[in-house]
Amino acid sequence: MARVLVVAECSGERLNASTAKCVACASKITSEVVVAVFAPSAAEAPAEAASLAGVSRVVHVEWSSPPLAASLAPEVASLASGCTHVLGPSSTFGKDLLPRVAALLGVGQVSDVMSVLDPYRFKRPIYAGNAIATVRAPSDSTLVATVRLASYAAAGSAAPPAPIEIRSPGTAAPSHTRFVELRAEHADRPDLQTATRVVAGGRAMGSAENFARLYELADALGAAVGASRAAVDSGFVANDLQVGQTGKIIAPELYVAIGISGAIQHLTGIKDARTIVAINRDPDAPIFEIADVGLVADWASAVPELIAALRALPR
Amino acid sequence: MLKVLVAIKRVVDYNVRVRVKPDGSGVALDGLKMSINPFDEIAIEEALKLKERGQAAEVLIATVGDSEAQQQLRTGLAMGADRALLIETAAPTEPLVVARALRALIERERPDLVLLGKQAIDDDHAQTGPMLAALWDRPQATFASRLEIDGARARVTREIDAGLEVIDVDLPAVVTTDLRLNQPRYVKLPEILKAKKKPLDVLPLSSLGVDARTRLVVERVDAPAPRARGIRVQNAAELVAVLRQRGAL
Repeated sequence: MARVLVVAECSGERLNASTAKCVACASKITSEVVVAVFAPSAAEAPAEAASLAGVSRVVHVEWSSPPLAASLAPEVASLASGCTHVLGPSSTFGKDLLPRVAALLGVGQVSDVMSVLDPYRFKRPIYAGNAIATVRAPSDSTLVATVRLASYAAAGSAAPPAPIEIRSPGTAAPSHTRFVELRAEHADRPDLQTATRVVAGGRAMGSAENFARLYELADALGAAVGASRAAVDSGFVANDLQVGQTGKIIAPELYVAIGISGAIQHLTGIKDARTIVAINRDPDAPIFEIADVGLVADWASAVPELIAALRALPR
Repeated sequence: MLKVLVAIKRVVDYNVRVRVKPDGSGVALDGLKMSINPFDEIAIEEALKLKERGQAAEVLIATVGDSEAQQQLRTGLAMGADRALLIETAAPTEPLVVARALRALIERERPDLVLLGKQAIDDDHAQTGPMLAALWDRPQATFASRLEIDGARARVTREIDAGLEVIDVDLPAVVTTDLRLNQPRYVKLPEILKAKKKPLDVLPLSSLGVDARTRLVVERVDAPAPRARGIRVQNAAELVAVLRQRGAL
């Protein structure tokens, strides 16, 4: 019987929403899902993990230092014994950590699992999502994989919660890698990676001042804010807002693209959104090819009108 | 002064849109323009900057691939690398095999810093850097958007989902590059001619004594499912009405 170890991602002392998505993927492989949570002793994250549907057990490794891959990888590799699979999110946390774990275990990795065909066969995107590969991994060694978050809905909650086993770290953290600081820039807004609604702007916004107008629209929608690579490269916003092949791959319920032409690298990052809205003054912009609803208009007139129309909605 | 190893990969050019073969056997690559993986080009540029600032003594570029990959090594030499090495194999590889080959190369070359792209834009695995760091038992700093060398230590700013993370790593270390680390230089014709005289060595992968068996099998490759065709609206009010109808608001 397969047993999957899911490496939880935490945001501070809370569970990051990516973990529930990994659990959903793990549940497609087996009913025996163990979640490893690296968090301080009083953190809420282990209990949050224990209440996710499909989780059979939580291992809470008491961990108070920043989650550096060099320190976590040996812990995860040791927790992996007795498990057939190790899964983690295809977020920057998982992309940093899981290949290091795989190499310590002497096995390859399946990156960005978008669908589980059987416990050792998966679909994953290649060439920025322009092709989908069906890959088979050997069943005689531990399978390490990252989960493409946009492909999975979060596991729901279950009662009673799964048992939580508390452990101390088994290995001494290497001293060669030291955390200095984290500069988080948008702590007051919904998290782009996991938001249900996202408003994103592109190069056509023209300036950082103009781009800031999108925050008003995002507030009217209760949405997170994202940007195309062109808008990031033009210096309108910080790079952690970038959506696309080399930025974040997202799958919100509603994605509103404003002044984004729709380069293939960008479309890769949004094409799993349930509803895609495009507002662009160029009627031939490629973004309209994948938009569910398109509006040919200049942002400068459309955005204020849209904000007014949203505010006029009955609450 | 540092010795820097940059690992690169030959991939389909960034601007080429690939097509899936009708029989599902893979992606049609014949006749397509091939280039250095863009993130690896950023890695080369960063190494050259270190050399120009007087912090690196030598920049060695290496790749694992077939003989055609010499073209991309020549491009790297034309950018300014001092020497190049092709670890040659005609067989398909995967990140763990490449990491093992680079690990063996490190044993011979003893670099202080290994730079490579955060991911290759063909298979999008994003694995080789951390795998190499694990096999080497050295620090890794992935998704670097800023790299400062201070003696035997590197301070790296990493682009992570939560913002910008700054870490210090002791050298030698593996650093993988993100887009905003730098803007790679254009190669001028005189440099291309000069690069023809720079050393480019070829070493068979089999001579490195590493396990080069691939373990992942690609059974088939398909085109992604298309999205249903959308509709156009005339104004913001109609947009809101349509979204309400669809249950999106």
